[in-house]
Amino acid sequence: MVEPIYTADPASGFHSVRLDSLTAIYHRRSGVTHVVAEPVPEIIVSLAGKQLNVAQLCGDLIADPALVEGDETRRALQARLDELEEVGLVSLA
Amino acid sequence: MRHQFSVKVGPVGFRVGSAWRAPVAALRHLYAQYPQPDGGITDFTVRLEPETMLRRWVRQSVAIEGDFMLPGAVPMALRHGLLAAEMGMNLQMAMGQRHFLLLHASSVERGGKVLIITGESGSGKSTLSALLGERGWRFMGDEFALIDPLTGLAHPFPRPISLKNEAIMVMADRVGAGRMGPLLADTPKGDIRHLIPSADALANMMVPGVPALILFPRFGHAAEVRTMGTSEVFVRLTQASTNYVALGERGFGALTRLVTQVPVRAIDYPDTESAIALVDQLWAELA
Repeated sequence: MVEPIYTADPASGFHSVRLDSLTAIYHRRSGVTHVVAEPVPEIIVSLAGKQLNVAQLCGDLIADPALVEGDETRRALQARLDELEEVGLVSLA
Repeated sequence: MRHQFSVKVGPVGFRVGSAWRAPVAALRHLYAQYPQPDGGITDFTVRLEPETMLRRWVRQSVAIEGDFMLPGAVPMALRHGLLAAEMGMNLQMAMGQRHFLLLHASSVERGGKVLIITGESGSGKSTLSALLGERGWRFMGDEFALIDPLTGLAHPFPRPISLKNEAIMVMADRVGAGRMGPLLADTPKGDIRHLIPSADALANMMVPGVPALILFPRFGHAAEVRTMGTSEVFVRLTQASTNYVALGERGFGALTRLVTQVPVRAIDYPDTESAIALVDQLWAELA
């Protein structure tokens, strides 16, 4: 099975404003506003203009090596990526 | 159209054409103190026409048409022609306004700072703005607050205030018949009567202010003040805006700036006097 690689528009494709615990993100290409919780803003920053697999993204987002290797962490991140792909904020490279 | 009327309300010019004399005569009375559009150029046109030729004379009913139309809108009785004209003007603004971010809200100003009152229909935003407009505040509008995406300033849109049911008596007693429009009884929204804004509100209809406090009132509960999360305010104001999506990133910038810079409170109130007291208290604390 080929490991999926994810990407997102470059940083210039987004306008983000931190509101409180949530962040409003304006996606310039679609013109759609998203109100999202952590770790979505961080995922988008990491993927902006890059191509990363889930393991690489985990490494980017999480400082604790034990957590990076954990199956639960990767499952949680995969679930967020699936949601973000569905709403068009990230895509498969 | 046989009968024509044009008017300037804040930064927006309207032309209303009507197949009948009565709605235009009512508009002329209600807007007698308002200026004409700059250079005669209007932004929006509303047409009040019979649904069919027959309906011009028999069981007369008014279809609202214009630059922007709602397909399938139910025609109104001719005796409610004034309301049809007002609804038509609102519709043109709601669907066609591209210069300002429109918030479905009333607004009043004091000392250059603006109080924006938003919320569901029936929350009392029209009545509150009307009362405040008679108590030392400058009335800026009861239907739409216009936020300039470039400057963040709130601009007036001081249309006659659409008072409903009990609020009619409260305000008519206070201001006198000379500033009231005709009673429109048994409309789809109940009884409606328009209040002409004060001379000060009309003289300053081109003077914007800095948003300083946003309130979400709720009528019919014991007096209470609640804070609201910025993200909740943002989402509710996107819902309260008729043109947020159409403005694209300009709308996003205007609204995120508004909600991150201006204090917001939700208030519950059992009667208008309690609401005014809460407004005074919060204005002193936050604005």
